[in-house]
Amino acid sequence: MTAAYAILLYAGALILVLGLAVKIKQYASTPAPLKIPTTPAPTTTGGVVLRMAREVFLFQSLFRANKWIWLFGWMFHAALVLILARHLRYFTEPVWDWVALIQPFGIYAGFAFVAGLAGLWVRRIVVERIRYITGPSDHLMLAILMGIAASGLAMKFVAPTDIVAMKAFILGLLYFDWQPMPGDPAVLVHLALVALLMIVFPFSKLLHAPGVFFSPTRNQADNPRDVRYAPGE
Amino acid sequence: MDDFTLPELKLPGDIPKIACGSMAHSQPYSAAPDHQEALGFPGELVEDWHDKAIAKFGEILDRQRALKVYMDACVKCGACTDKCHYFLGTGDPKNMPVARQDLMRKIYRRYFTFAGKWFPWLVGAKDLTRDVLDEWYSYFHQCSQCRRCSVYCPYGIDTAEFSMAAREIMDHIGMGQKYCNEIIGKVHDIGNNLGLPQKALGATLEDLEEDIEEETGVAVRLPLDVQGADILLITPSADFFAEPHVDGLIGYAKVFHQAGVSWTISSKASEAANFAMFIGSHDQMGKIAERIRDAALELGVKRIIVGECGHAWRVAYNFWDTLVGPFDFLDPGYPIPQHICEFTYDLIEKGELNFDKSANDHMTLTFHDSCNVARASRMGDEPGGQFKIPRAVVKACCNNFVEMDADTIHENTFCCGGGGGLLTDDLIELRAKGASPRMGAFEQVAQDHGVTHMVAICAICKTQFSKIMPMYGYEMDNIVGVHQLVSNALILDGQITTEEEETVDG
Repeated sequence: MTAAYAILLYAGALILVLGLAVKIKQYASTPAPLKIPTTPAPTTTGGVVLRMAREVFLFQSLFRANKWIWLFGWMFHAALVLILARHLRYFTEPVWDWVALIQPFGIYAGFAFVAGLAGLWVRRIVVERIRYITGPSDHLMLAILMGIAASGLAMKFVAPTDIVAMKAFILGLLYFDWQPMPGDPAVLVHLALVALLMIVFPFSKLLHAPGVFFSPTRNQADNPRDVRYAPGE
Repeated sequence: MDDFTLPELKLPGDIPKIACGSMAHSQPYSAAPDHQEALGFPGELVEDWHDKAIAKFGEILDRQRALKVYMDACVKCGACTDKCHYFLGTGDPKNMPVARQDLMRKIYRRYFTFAGKWFPWLVGAKDLTRDVLDEWYSYFHQCSQCRRCSVYCPYGIDTAEFSMAAREIMDHIGMGQKYCNEIIGKVHDIGNNLGLPQKALGATLEDLEEDIEEETGVAVRLPLDVQGADILLITPSADFFAEPHVDGLIGYAKVFHQAGVSWTISSKASEAANFAMFIGSHDQMGKIAERIRDAALELGVKRIIVGECGHAWRVAYNFWDTLVGPFDFLDPGYPIPQHICEFTYDLIEKGELNFDKSANDHMTLTFHDSCNVARASRMGDEPGGQFKIPRAVVKACCNNFVEMDADTIHENTFCCGGGGGLLTDDLIELRAKGASPRMGAFEQVAQDHGVTHMVAICAICKTQFSKIMPMYGYEMDNIVGVHQLVSNALILDGQITTEEEETVDG
């Protein structure tokens, strides 16, 4: 079991990293032949960085579009960041101070994560327009994330797993010195779904994460009369 | 006219229930073989259209980052679903931006992605069939490329990029649209969209000079092909004779006269519009832009000023320099190119223009931001100058001005319903329904604040509203242009005032 999961997680990590690298290289090497920022847009590079930061951290455009989607989407993503940060304690020895500090918030984030996802999922079913544009892969993605959250919370609150052994297993993976994996069902589900998520990432809509940085309507400065734009030359 | 029912005007923010397939029948006339071939496209649908279409699709993906990223990035969040004026006006779910994109994305997935090749049912990948192609022809001619969706998308996905690419693919397999391709042919053959030859243009301008002199007593010139003039005016050809456009042209002429600058129109480049943008052809867009550069060089002008036209300003402001630049032969002391509103605004700021605002007192005005000016370009030095400057010009010329609902102005503006190469009578149902969100916002201020007229800054908007407003119970002249108001209110040096006129007639 340990070997199977070790291989699965290695494969997942490898596909995630290589797949993203290939995609990012494609995006970066495809020319942007014309200036197409959605205006009003910043006129300087510094302004563009700020605009992008507002999009990435605050979801500015989504906020303007729809408060409910923004609320659920932002809650889910912010919680994800906290949860990932909290999980660093399994990857570091000794645990970094700031990681130790945010542990309790990571727990609350688990619930916010589920609430955000649930809100988005309910909208997919209840709102006619969003139901129309929702396909099987959209439900699948929510199901994977929800499964990861549920199994994770189960390990914490329902059937606590041996986290000391868990940490030994993960550090073992990092240092190529495999240690036995705790065999609780929640652990098996949690890690299998995480591996699956890593595998589908570069082939799915999760590419919005690198994609947003390459969006010409958002990352171009509005300065065509001041700086000649000649990408081909 | 086709048989259809206008949607009931709604207040901004009201969203219709979806009505599947309600606009599936809407298709523009196809381009005749002659018009296709003149642009280097096949005359009719080619035998191996499937392979040709996929090959062209791949080619566009490889040369346009926006399309490539936008194919992958959409998460189907739904933020855009209630933002398109054609969806709001028709309820057809395929007019929701994400659904329109998906018509193309499902083909992208099938032919260009791992997931779509192996798990088509999971990711909604579909083969390119004749039915899909017909659906493309229908729904990619129900997008006016106004970019309202791209304002609200968390990744800035711009459906205009999809409809431009789809139209380019269709052109290359022989499925062009009559309106756009015929017009592009006329620009190449005659110099403008309307096919107005040099002689007729000269005569028209002379008539206008007479009209102005008769009305004001001042000899305001509208020069044509004047070698060595300082300023070349590039304006949409509708300005030469269509109503209300021509009143705007008179306005530009009066401003130039009052400023004492030397200027000219070019018969070679007597058209600002560049419909190649609508069909996504960078080649054609460059060729059309090249005429303007050539004309400027031949006439030896120092500046280029662009008249009131939305998409033309986008092309001029954002694309000219990249496509056919550098324009290093022009005077770098002025913006290259400059918008006529920027020119007039500068004079107003310097106090060089005097207005009799009461000349526009018979109207209460509101301003309709044109999409390509609002969301795809700028005026002035600051972001948002494209909102401030035309309003400042309008307010300098009138006493009664009211804004429409905040969700329908500035970058939130609604398209007039006729942009993006759809301003043709074979799409009149689409145009009428697509105008309803704007008309709803207009009706709101008409009822609450007594607004009588809408000011536009784009030839397409002006033509569209003069056709559509009567359908919604207004008059065709309830749409006016910015420089039409300038023309009404501007006091020329030596102009006969109304009182004097009365005395003379007296």
